[in-house]
Amino acid sequence: MPAETDRRFVLKALLAAGGALAFDIELATAATGPAAGPALGAFVRLNPDNSVTIIAKNPEIGQGVKTMLPMLIAEELDVAWSAVRIEQALVDPARYGPQVAGGSTATPTNWLPMRQAGAAARAMIVAAAAEQWGVPAAQLTTAAGEVSHAASGRRAPYAAFAAAASRQAVPAMATLTLKDPARYSIIGQPQRGVDTPAIVRGEPLFGIDTRLPGMVHAALLTPPVRGAVLRSFDAAPALALPGVLKVIPLRRIGEADAPIDALAVVAESWWTASEARKVLLATWDNEGRERHSDAAFAAAAQAAHAGKPQVPVLARGDAATALAGSARQLTATYTYPFAAHATLEPQNCTARFAEGKIELWAPTQLPGGGAALIAKTLGLAPGDITIHLTRAGGGFGRRLQNDYMALTAAIARELPGRPVKLLFDRQEDFKLDFFRAAGFHKFEAGLDAAGKLVAFRNHLVTFGANGKPGRGADLEATVPAELVDHADLGVTVLETNVPLGWLRAPGSNALAFATQGFLDEVAAAAGKTLPDLMLDLLGAPRSIAPPAGSRSPAFDTGRAATVIREVMRQAEWRGATPGRGFGFYFSHRGYFAAVADCRREDGGIRPVKVWVAGDIGSTIINPLNAEQQIRGSVIEGMGHVLSGLKVPIDQGQVQVANFDGYALPRIDVVPEIAISMVRSDNPPTGLGEPAMPPAIAALANAISSLTGQRLRTLPYEPA
Amino acid sequence: MKFALTVNGKARTVEAPGDKPLLWVLREELALSGPKFGCGQGLCGACTVLLDGEAVRSCSTPLSAVGKAKVTTIEGVGATAVGQRLRAAWVDLDVPQCGYCQAGQIMSAASLLAANPRPDDAAIDAAMSGNLCRCGTYHRIRAAIHQAAAGGTRRAARDGETGHAG
Ligand code: FES
Ligand code: FES
Repeated sequence: MPAETDRRFVLKALLAAGGALAFDIELATAATGPAAGPALGAFVRLNPDNSVTIIAKNPEIGQGVKTMLPMLIAEELDVAWSAVRIEQALVDPARYGPQVAGGSTATPTNWLPMRQAGAAARAMIVAAAAEQWGVPAAQLTTAAGEVSHAASGRRAPYAAFAAAASRQAVPAMATLTLKDPARYSIIGQPQRGVDTPAIVRGEPLFGIDTRLPGMVHAALLTPPVRGAVLRSFDAAPALALPGVLKVIPLRRIGEADAPIDALAVVAESWWTASEARKVLLATWDNEGRERHSDAAFAAAAQAAHAGKPQVPVLARGDAATALAGSARQLTATYTYPFAAHATLEPQNCTARFAEGKIELWAPTQLPGGGAALIAKTLGLAPGDITIHLTRAGGGFGRRLQNDYMALTAAIARELPGRPVKLLFDRQEDFKLDFFRAAGFHKFEAGLDAAGKLVAFRNHLVTFGANGKPGRGADLEATVPAELVDHADLGVTVLETNVPLGWLRAPGSNALAFATQGFLDEVAAAAGKTLPDLMLDLLGAPRSIAPPAGSRSPAFDTGRAATVIREVMRQAEWRGATPGRGFGFYFSHRGYFAAVADCRREDGGIRPVKVWVAGDIGSTIINPLNAEQQIRGSVIEGMGHVLSGLKVPIDQGQVQVANFDGYALPRIDVVPEIAISMVRSDNPPTGLGEPAMPPAIAALANAISSLTGQRLRTLPYEPA
Repeated sequence: MKFALTVNGKARTVEAPGDKPLLWVLREELALSGPKFGCGQGLCGACTVLLDGEAVRSCSTPLSAVGKAKVTTIEGVGATAVGQRLRAAWVDLDVPQCGYCQAGQIMSAASLLAANPRPDDAAIDAAMSGNLCRCGTYHRIRAAIHQAAAGGTRRAARDGETGHAG
């Protein structure tokens, strides 16, 4: 996923019908190339009533981007936030660049170009006013959508200059001065989500709410064993039910690495379609997929741990010799299960196929991927596919996979001219998820006589295909690998029939638990606590380049140490305390540390308070949303550690069918969460993910210190 | 079968099988898509509506069981003072993240406040723990219920707040 700011944009201004001034901003990237032709509509529109319409280009999944990106434009355009209306963009990567919700990338990739676009538009309005009033542009100021000339006392709304502004030359980006952050009136201020009023009125916003004239509904029947092949079925009993219109066999549809067979029942009502699935009498060929089971995975991991990793990831110094020569050695195995996304809005999509073209309404995080998959599935040209982005009821990475779009497209093709909505029921949503990979880490550490960590080894047995870890299942070089003289990291890859996917803070959500847990053990062996060990390891502030070939950003040990000290100060860290745990992690360019306090209650363990300190750069663009993202990250972290985000796989079958088997945190268990953000002189980065990994580590370490039993397997299960 | 319902104060007639869940009657026959489908088994609360003022899971309530009870959905909850205050508090505190659970949350909160006009945290937790929020907006849900209960003032709303970014 592109995370770099390799963006350029083309700004065009034109006078639209009715006197609106339209700024058409094409945000193309080197990767997508320039827009194919003139775009319809405009990115930013200054309306005759002086209100401003801004297009929200990225998918909204609850991360607040629909509010955040327009804030950047509005700030530099210098209009009042109350005068801004926001509309969701169609999918058009040639125009908007990548339209993605994932990887906490929206902030780093858009921070500069969005503000520049707003500033350029403002400069053209100012130039038009200067021309009209016959004064130098430098004497004009703007505020809240008005141009003022102090010397003459003249002021006028932007809209008065619409026609003249549309004729101005577009300023060169190099000549633009962006606002001094001290003058920000929108950025850094708490702004409510733009859809919040519609949400509390229950208005249709989500994919599942799509309603089109003549629309019919589809429900899926899939085999118990993921990936099994449809052998036979009898559609007649289903078709005999009132309201059932069609039974459609689907064969090998979905993401390229995880196609499925299924039966789709189409009916006047989704409930009718869902009920009719019970009488389909389908049989399936497992083709050996039932050999995939947790027990077999664990046995294979144990066997692999006895040998060398299949694929080396990083080698520094000579870990084997350093370990052998160290004064004290530690070894431990850490494991975690497959985990599902369980977005509260189940996967769904609506489509209408007619005359070789398809139009879709989809709650997706990666519409471009959806379009490509549909093009391949139906053999269509990209120009024949139109995608409307709906709000998504959660994403967490699930909607980066577009299997449900491909399935809907394949169903719609069988119903030409008829809109059809496919909705997974909860069981199918679990069965058809793309799971966070389970993992088995074997750690080895060597300490010298003074208790210093001198050698570190991590052999991860993970999942994937052909020796290549699957999505989010790779081993990244993470603390402490880059901080010790002798390190050795490697992976061994097992195969599974359940496909893998990106789950919020992919990789990091598991690695933080395992590595910070093991380091907590190392710290104890060295007679220290983990934050002190971390500060020792981090040493002097410096930038550590990522390993060659890695796409990770550089790691700043000074920023890491600062957030560690900040959370220690906030939580009044005073050495080892039963029930208290610490965790640090660097992911998605964000530096976060957490402390958790847990206690025993009602036969279980309950987090009482969690402190979080973070550094995501100079600016928290929307503090109101930032607070939610961080709290949500901590609460999801509790799900990983305590509630039981665990999907057992037995004989090729996903063993979770509904929320009773997949306990997510409820309101009665959430702890107090104290947040402290450190500002640093760095461009702001994203907040959808980086607070979660250290919270997971802190909670797990808190449980270990409370029970006196090292928690080496997630989730915690009371003995 | 034909059923006569009162939904959000209006008389409605629907033609549907008696075992069709109220959720799908509302969403499909009556175009009220505020109540959401989350689990279909009474486990998440996304589909919560009021029957004579009391919260029920519409996914697990067959149409035939509704009888003469008055149905209130998120679309109609603003007709009561409590409903209005809840919606206003939800907006004021910007409770939603993705927003998918929030209709159900507000309906459960409306039922709670009807029975207990000034609930403490424990009463809120007890009444709201059937409503899952996958995004984890629980602190603000609690704060918004306090704010609505207090008649819409901010001070009470901050009771449940425990930290601020930035
Ligand atoms: S959909 Fe009714 S409780 Fe989940
Ligand atoms: S706001 Fe997303 S599920 Fe509650």
